Amino acid sequence: MTDQTTEQHRIDLAPGDEGEGGVGLRVLGYVIGLGLALLLTATSFFIAGTDLVWQPSIPVAIIVLAIAQMGVHLVFFLHLTTGPDNTNNVMALAFGVLIVFLVIGGSLWIMANLNQNMMPMDQIMQMQR
Amino acid sequence: MFGKLNWSAIPIDQPIPMIASGLVALVILGVLAWVVLAGHLPYLWREWITSVDHKRIGVMYTLLATVMLLRGFVDALMMRSQQAIALQSQGYLPPEHYNQIFSAHGTIMIFFVAMPFVIGLMNLVVPLQLGVRDVAFPTLNSVGFWLTATGALLVNISLVVGEFARTGWLPYPPLSELTYSPGVGVDYYLWALQISGVGTLVAGINLVTTVLKLRTRGMTYLRMPMFCWTTLASNLLIVAAFPILTATLAMLILDRYFGFHFFTNEAGGNVMMFMNLIWAWGHPEVYILVLPAFGIFSEVVSTFSGKPLFGYRSMVLATMAICIISFMVWLHHFFTMGAGPTVNAIFGIASMIIAVPTGVKIYNWLFTMYGGRVRFDTPMLWALGFMVTFILGGLTGVLVAVPPADFLLHNSLFLVAHFHNVIIGGVLFGAFAGYTYWFPKAFGFRLHEGFGKAAFWCWLIGFYVAFMPLYAVGFLGMTRRMQHYDVPEWRPWLLIAGVGALIILAGIIFQIMQLTVSIRRREELRDRTGDPWDGRSLEWATASPPPVFNFAIPPDVSGEDAYWSLKARAKQQDLEKREPDYKDIEMPRNSPTGFVCAFFATIMGFALIWHIWWMVAAGAIGAFTTFVAFAWRDHDEYVIPAKEVARIDRANIEERRAMISLAGA
Repeated sequence: MTDQTTEQHRIDLAPGDEGEGGVGLRVLGYVIGLGLALLLTATSFFIAGTDLVWQPSIPVAIIVLAIAQMGVHLVFFLHLTTGPDNTNNVMALAFGVLIVFLVIGGSLWIMANLNQNMMPMDQIMQMQR
Repeated sequence: MFGKLNWSAIPIDQPIPMIASGLVALVILGVLAWVVLAGHLPYLWREWITSVDHKRIGVMYTLLATVMLLRGFVDALMMRSQQAIALQSQGYLPPEHYNQIFSAHGTIMIFFVAMPFVIGLMNLVVPLQLGVRDVAFPTLNSVGFWLTATGALLVNISLVVGEFARTGWLPYPPLSELTYSPGVGVDYYLWALQISGVGTLVAGINLVTTVLKLRTRGMTYLRMPMFCWTTLASNLLIVAAFPILTATLAMLILDRYFGFHFFTNEAGGNVMMFMNLIWAWGHPEVYILVLPAFGIFSEVVSTFSGKPLFGYRSMVLATMAICIISFMVWLHHFFTMGAGPTVNAIFGIASMIIAVPTGVKIYNWLFTMYGGRVRFDTPMLWALGFMVTFILGGLTGVLVAVPPADFLLHNSLFLVAHFHNVIIGGVLFGAFAGYTYWFPKAFGFRLHEGFGKAAFWCWLIGFYVAFMPLYAVGFLGMTRRMQHYDVPEWRPWLLIAGVGALIILAGIIFQIMQLTVSIRRREELRDRTGDPWDGRSLEWATASPPPVFNFAIPPDVSGEDAYWSLKARAKQQDLEKREPDYKDIEMPRNSPTGFVCAFFATIMGFALIWHIWWMVAAGAIGAFTTFVAFAWRDHDEYVIPAKEVARIDRANIEERRAMISLAGA
């Protein structure tokens, strides 16, 4: 079993596996990640309270910053790359995102449709008036 | 001190559960006494209970499934007999007992028969087919099995102590909320499933990792046997879907234990959210069960037709397509809940689309048989019975995928007939085919053919006699889960269905006899070479039963049907005379972690059900301590010396040479 696993290791890294490269390089990666994460967090707090930008754009900006934050975490802390050694991890992430999107999006859609369709009788009467 | 638990929890006034559980307790005590008195306990502990060998764990999963199948089938017999006599009368089962029986039947058959059966077969076979020595996480595998066993144990304890849920196999609120189900029945259901759900999830993670990460040299994705592909798809679904079940049941637990209002009628709860979430798990679950069965049939059809699987790549594509689409159809379980025509139509169409890849598979199996020399051994009979039966079930499925038709048939016995048609005809026939096909691999001797065929015909005929009448009576308007009824026109159909259940009983008796007779005559049924069916994939390349390390030398794969091409080459070269270079092999040590963890989980689950909080703490601390002790272990592997490996491997090679020279002479 051992020789197989070592052989597989070279072609496929698990998240958090230490790849090639010295300690300094790896520390640098984490430091950049931390810096970016802090920057994005600070920006979110700043945007939320400021009146320097057009007010209706604030929720969108927060969502964009949150997604960027996830990206930073995936790349710098979970070491997700586009390299060939990372196909499984990228596929797993894509599958997970797809399922989350299907289940949450589907649930919201179904429940909204239900609520509209199954409105209490008095409210339907009011709408028809 | 003991929470809600007191002597009134034991239903002494109800003869049926008391006699049944008394008998079961006697059998268990008898087996235990025999094990202890005959001195088998140390052997069982060393070789089975603490084993982390994927083959042993697979066998134990399957054993759990067959034992629970008996329990679930007794429930089925009681329901059929109750409905056969309960015309304008109360029958012999009072409503509260009848409700527990149909709930227990569904819960047991899905979670503790079908699931462990397919997971057991995957565990046993997939590492062998991939040409590796074990699964990715051997001890986790043992933990997963024992947690599943804990769930099964809790369900069975509910027979004697307290009661089981009366809510159906999915505890729909508001009926399952504290207001309407104040007893411990729903709690038994919830904790049994939460604990075994953890077991299923770790099994899923383990098998996904095994297929993705541990393949022998040259075993690329598109050279894997079909069963490995369906295992991958099915376990991806487990990893994606089971957390939904756990979260949904956790919300119901919060409702029942801490007064939350996720699914209650009042205070902003939404019962429809429960149906939505439980089926977002529930529909993938159907495919979690049936995909491995498709894989088994692919192996069986190809082996017994003596041909490579027709359209291997289209089969892979169909499998992965089902894996994704199965997450897009869940609303068809509640068309009648009140969604608008747009939503219903879209989910209806998606449900019809998912029939397409399944159809592709059926055609592939047919074309695999076409032009082949089909051998009608028992596994092949199960496969043929499956194809006919499953097409019928699939067609009624497409029928109820049409929303207007579903409005008519929803919750009728037509629906009950439909899902039994696909689950018995698909999953169970697949499990039986796999059981007969791989039994020689697991134990080193075949199952008796005659009894196997008798069992098959009884099951097949019994299935049709038991469930075709339910289609008819569904059209006549009979709804499911009726304890008694007043319509005389239904009676004859229900009587026929009862006869069908008895024919299936005969099938089960034949299966028990088959097992007994095969064990008694194991010497004449012995499989000496390890390749009893002229197989095509790598599990047949090693001895039966395989040595603990599976393969002395990890096989080198150069194409699809790895073992078939190996055999062809060996015949041409008159078997390799070259002596392989044996090396020391490191194998994982056995560990009691799984058993001890599950022991504490059982205590914790039981205490949670009865609100015995000090015992909950004790169980939780015990399970966590076990985990910590395991994490700090020093020696996790032992070495099998090259000499020993050589001795075991040479013995098998000798047998194979002898067999070939016998065939040549």
